[in-house]
Amino acid sequence: MSLAMSEPVLSVRDLSVSFCSDTRTVHAVDHLSYDVAPGEVLAVVGESGCGKSVTAMAVMGLLPPTARIGGSIRLGGREIAGASEKELGRIRGKDIAMIFQEPMTSLNPVLTIGRQIGEVLRRHQGLSKKEARARAVELLGLVGIPAPAQRVDEYPHQLSGGMRQRVMIAIAVACDPSVLIADEPTTALDVTVQAGILEVLQSLRERLGTAIVLITHDLGVVADTADRVLVMYAGRPVEQAPVDELFAEPRHPYTHGLLGAVLRPGGEGKRRLPEIPGLVPSLDTQPEACTFAPRCAHADDRCATSRPGFKTLAPNAGAAAGAAHRAACWHPQHAPALMPTTREAGQ
Amino acid sequence: MSLSLKTARPVPVRLSPMTSYLLTRIRQSLITLVLVSMVVFAGIRALPGDPALALAGEERSPAALAAIRADYGLDDNIAVQYGRFIGHAITGDLGTSSRTGLPVADAITAALPVTLELAALSLLLAVVVGIGAGIVAAVRRGRPEEWLANALALLGLSVPTFWLGMVLVLGFAIALPVFSASGYVPFAADPPDNLRRMVLPAVVLGSGLAAVVMRQTRAAMLDSLSADYVRTARAKGLSRREVIGTHALRNSLVTVVTVLGLQLGHLISGAVVTEQIFVLPGFGKLTIDAVFTRDYATLQGVVLCTSAAYILINLLVDVAYSLIDPRIRLGGAR
Repeated sequence: MSLAMSEPVLSVRDLSVSFCSDTRTVHAVDHLSYDVAPGEVLAVVGESGCGKSVTAMAVMGLLPPTARIGGSIRLGGREIAGASEKELGRIRGKDIAMIFQEPMTSLNPVLTIGRQIGEVLRRHQGLSKKEARARAVELLGLVGIPAPAQRVDEYPHQLSGGMRQRVMIAIAVACDPSVLIADEPTTALDVTVQAGILEVLQSLRERLGTAIVLITHDLGVVADTADRVLVMYAGRPVEQAPVDELFAEPRHPYTHGLLGAVLRPGGEGKRRLPEIPGLVPSLDTQPEACTFAPRCAHADDRCATSRPGFKTLAPNAGAAAGAAHRAACWHPQHAPALMPTTREAGQ
Repeated sequence: MSLSLKTARPVPVRLSPMTSYLLTRIRQSLITLVLVSMVVFAGIRALPGDPALALAGEERSPAALAAIRADYGLDDNIAVQYGRFIGHAITGDLGTSSRTGLPVADAITAALPVTLELAALSLLLAVVVGIGAGIVAAVRRGRPEEWLANALALLGLSVPTFWLGMVLVLGFAIALPVFSASGYVPFAADPPDNLRRMVLPAVVLGSGLAAVVMRQTRAAMLDSLSADYVRTARAKGLSRREVIGTHALRNSLVTVVTVLGLQLGHLISGAVVTEQIFVLPGFGKLTIDAVFTRDYATLQGVVLCTSAAYILINLLVDVAYSLIDPRIRLGGAR
């Protein structure tokens, strides 16, 4: 797909999120910036606890009041960081929607799925009960639920996990939002079901032109789905690039490590899967250093004392259009990826 | 499901899950009621004393006693006696009070509306105040509103009924005569006067229940407010009112209804004390009078009716559950 960037539909600048308790402050997200173009799929990858979900929740305005948010979040050119709950209520579900990691618990067990889909339509489009129900049936069909006219009156416990996630997607796309945030939408599902969910997301992107922020730690999903990838580590962005470029030529040592840790069929015999040594640092300090330095084979004194900027590397084709290859590293790597990408040629 | 089987078997009547659930519950309730009636019947027979002796008065010759026993069917097999008791009970004949000489059924019919009204008003109070305060306490967590609600609940739980009754009478019937402290006027006869007399008893009886309901509602609401589906509701852009009222509250009600069901029994026993304080001619007063005068027939009738009420309440609670939670109605997990 063409990456010619029009005006970004979602633009995050210097987003910082910290949680304060009596004893310590945790910096969950530290100066993160990204743009998403209309119809684009941006994958945000990283280990658990690297701030992927917190970023998404911050964009949705769903963080608890204990969270302190800094920076700017612009949706369709409108600043939404620091908006009141009331203003957010008019935006959420209509201009920006989210699906969650836990399809089993994300639907209300005591309401029919028709009602739960209809609710968002009645809220934002002012549909009557009857109209909302009819539209809910259409939406269920759109996300690939068989016999939608019967399913619409069922309750969540009568549906499987995959079906529930489809219902969540139906709710999310009901009002045709310009941005859809999918927070690990397939993590809790069987592999066979995962493919179906990703297909639905892809087709919605094509049909409705929805931009998708896909949060995942599954690099296979990234390779299959994303246009661009943002790699996060310990609350900071470490690398960002168009997907093919990232897989072909990762520049940050952490991205190298991530790609190296993927198991691939047909690899060289019984090789032990390479892992990244050490642990993710605790998030209660904000060191003026590279947070990955303690685990990095290429680290030197500079890495331990000053924080690398998130800079555009050697210009590539997409650089001008905003799809630059950026990395936060003093020693960007040049070696090709340990393994070739699984993406089929020609994509 | 395969429909092509050519069998001559008649197709069974297909009931909706709700109907078949209801039928099952009603059947269970009836069985319980029969068991209860047996216990009540046996319990009365196990009490010390011989009814024949009591009935005989001065004339205590063995022949006279035997005649009385034969007359009242007391020398019949216990099963036969029970059958007769049930037969009469079904037709509404619960025997004759030895205290007043009037049919027990009449005494119960006269007392029932008083207690029912008292219980209904107390329940209304407990539900409105308890659920309302519980929601406020959960939503305004850590703020003065929660403190106030918690303090009131603690007060409602710890203050003894009789003391609260006396204080309320002193305050609102004597010092500030807004309400009346004693006597009963049927609602149909004079609604304002009826309410003027029933408000204080209802507050006394309902305050403890309101406190329990408040605490349960608060706990359940705190649970549901942090649930994933509430996050989903917020992500849809629903108003705070919809998020709390529809999504969080509806899920919390299952717990609250459970507690209400368990506590309704306490309302019936609590009514005994409350009716004494406010001199209301209800079930409680009837029971106490029957106990003090060894009026076995009345006692038997009262206990049977109270048990039936408990069973009915349980049935209603179960029905309420299934209305609130489709997983119970449709039989599903998670």
